[in-house]
Amino acid sequence: MTDNAPKGEARPVISATASKGRTGAYRRLPMPARYAINAILVLVFLVVGELMIDGGAISRYQSTVLEQVGIYIILAVSLNIATGYLGQLPLGHAGFMSVGGYGCAIFIVRMMETLGVTARDFVTGSPVCGLLFVGGLLVGGLCAAVCGLIIGIPALRLKGDYLAIITLAFSEIIRVVMLNIDSVLGFKLTGGAAGLTGIPGYTSFLNVFVVVAVVCFLIHTMMKSRHGRAILAIRDNEIAAEATGVNTTYYKTLAFVVSAFFAGVAGGLYAGCIGVLQPAVFGFMKSIEILVMVVLGGMGSMLGSVISATFLTILPEALRAFSEYRMIVYAVVLILVMIFRPQGLLGSYDFSLSRVIERVLNHDFPWGKGGTGKGSAPDAADHEPSETTDAEEVSADAGR
Amino acid sequence: MFKSVSRRQFVQASAVAAAGLGLVGCGGGNGSSSEGGSDTIKVGILGPQSGSVSNYGIACANGAKLYFDQLNANGGINGKQVSYTVEDEKGDATEAVNAYNMLVEDGVVGIVGDVTTGPTVAVAQASVADNMPCVTPSATAADVVTYGTNYFRACVTDPEQGRIIATFASEQGYKTVGTIYLSGDDYSEGVNNAFVEEAQALGIDVATQEAYADGDVSFSGQITNLMAANVEAILCPNYYEDDGMIVTQARAAGYDGVFLGADGWSGIVGGDSDYASAADLHDCYYCCAFTSSNDDESVQQFISDYTDAYGEAPTNFCALGYDAAMVLANGITSAEEAGLEAGSEDYKQAVIDGIAGGTVEGITGSISYDGTGDPVKSSLILTFDAEGKEEVKETIEVGE
Repeated sequence: MTDNAPKGEARPVISATASKGRTGAYRRLPMPARYAINAILVLVFLVVGELMIDGGAISRYQSTVLEQVGIYIILAVSLNIATGYLGQLPLGHAGFMSVGGYGCAIFIVRMMETLGVTARDFVTGSPVCGLLFVGGLLVGGLCAAVCGLIIGIPALRLKGDYLAIITLAFSEIIRVVMLNIDSVLGFKLTGGAAGLTGIPGYTSFLNVFVVVAVVCFLIHTMMKSRHGRAILAIRDNEIAAEATGVNTTYYKTLAFVVSAFFAGVAGGLYAGCIGVLQPAVFGFMKSIEILVMVVLGGMGSMLGSVISATFLTILPEALRAFSEYRMIVYAVVLILVMIFRPQGLLGSYDFSLSRVIERVLNHDFPWGKGGTGKGSAPDAADHEPSETTDAEEVSADAGR
Repeated sequence: MFKSVSRRQFVQASAVAAAGLGLVGCGGGNGSSSEGGSDTIKVGILGPQSGSVSNYGIACANGAKLYFDQLNANGGINGKQVSYTVEDEKGDATEAVNAYNMLVEDGVVGIVGDVTTGPTVAVAQASVADNMPCVTPSATAADVVTYGTNYFRACVTDPEQGRIIATFASEQGYKTVGTIYLSGDDYSEGVNNAFVEEAQALGIDVATQEAYADGDVSFSGQITNLMAANVEAILCPNYYEDDGMIVTQARAAGYDGVFLGADGWSGIVGGDSDYASAADLHDCYYCCAFTSSNDDESVQQFISDYTDAYGEAPTNFCALGYDAAMVLANGITSAEEAGLEAGSEDYKQAVIDGIAGGTVEGITGSISYDGTGDPVKSSLILTFDAEGKEEVKETIEVGE
């Protein structure tokens, strides 16, 4: 049930090779209709979810877990930009998340004092709180993006293992700065080891999933654009991309900064969801946890990231009844998936609702009966599914 | 082509299976809420049962379980048996909020927990909206009890310990003291700062404050400075491993004066290992709530009961868990006696009022509350005899 919103928005076949021209006989959905269909689906999902929470069909425990699911979806799809689309391996996503979380929380808490808003107002929901929420997330995202820029420019000269280590080191630096900055500054900013407390609970199911939908939409449109294609070209072959005139340094940094920005937004939501931020939470393991979500779902697949973020967030909670064994089950699931699906659950395949609708309109089904819309060529039906297979293989190669 | 289709079907099937599992897990979450009739009272015990801080959580939970078991054996509260649920949060604030929501949905009337500071603050913020009565055995951060009237603690705060030690120092007639504390640690700095403030107010000269970093094993620089300042007593408010090293090294360097400490000293001898020799531990005094060598009858009874139940000697945390359970049970008793219906707002308020207005004779001293969630309770000043065994030097009664 949590998959619906991003499924509605996230539907790219992300591959540099996917833009094949088609002959006019194949009926296409116009772009406005595609966006409208997905927007309506997202809206329906949000309204149904909200009604279920109001009506008590989803308990508060479940809705808090759903909020966390939404936060991890944002983290996973944002890391997917750097890992899946750009083809790099950064290990410092938790660092950006913590910068965003602290930035957003400190901004909101300080502005609350200035504007005279109380924590109670966030529950009832006044327009000022809405502005503070959006402003806080933007501030959090921008703080993380600035950090992403600072680390990205030197780090992206490196590749593979070296990039992993430098980003890992950077996120440790962030954590240590959060721990000790108070004694350097001489006033209370992050709260040090004891943590930043008293953050109002400004998240809810509704606003978390609105942000999820917006983030997925923005990432999707960016990856469908000229910039997105340049990023994919760098992943597939950096030398070839540079030879064709893609400014690789610029686009690598862009992808990295965008990835950091959305991680910061997720951090801001996390702060509001939990109400307390401690530097110890944003250690190395948090980065690995997010990376596992991306790898499990399939690098380069937005739907894959969404599904595995959902699954891996709910799994430990669902197994709560088995107490001691739950972390073992979590690990076993990971091992099984990596053995049987080394490319991740979805590889680089991405679901597109519009494409399915188009196929139904054209009676073009994978089991090969239709194909009428594409003319009578016997290999036409064969051609259609092989398109995604191409994409899958290309990205599997790039991932190796 | 057939191969690619079957692969996609496999992918789709696994995605559906994953989503299905998630939903089943989601649904399974509230399955346990139907147990328990009207003749049982449900309480929750929340704390880390696994992970790096689990030794504290397990100790607190064992103490609380022991109290409720004894209570049930004696006929329960108002003829009703108490059934408790232990929820694990792995020392993580996110998990703690989830576990808290889970307990609330389970229909508990009160919670013993959480144990460590960060998760407790998160739970405290979440619990205000429910007005859920909670008693933390061991979270010492000042924040915990400030969000609402529903949160209580069974232990004294770090600053309170600092003040108790300062008062003791002034009674002993020390004129010049120094301190050595772990920099960047909220416990160590909390005790240190309160001690310094109180000591200066009492006319004691604090000659020098020496800090050391986490992981230091040589303290000769700090000890030299302290000895050069000619101090009569050194405050050493750290954890017992460090305290042991500091005492041993100071004695080796020729310091023959007094050491003062806080409850972090508990376990310096007689625990997992002896961190300082009996000869070095002369003239060491520390403030603590519990010691196994207290010959108070109820303490000895608790030690023998605990050892029978769990096969090991209780620690300070076990005793605090036991007392926190006692405080909560005392509140529930007054709500039950008023004949209120469990789960109603009046019931919760009656529990809170019962706790706030009641006094219990706990293992760690008599506990009452005067308008805040911070306890008014007696403390012990402990020292070591010639064999290095802890003994009670003096009992600081309430209001002294």
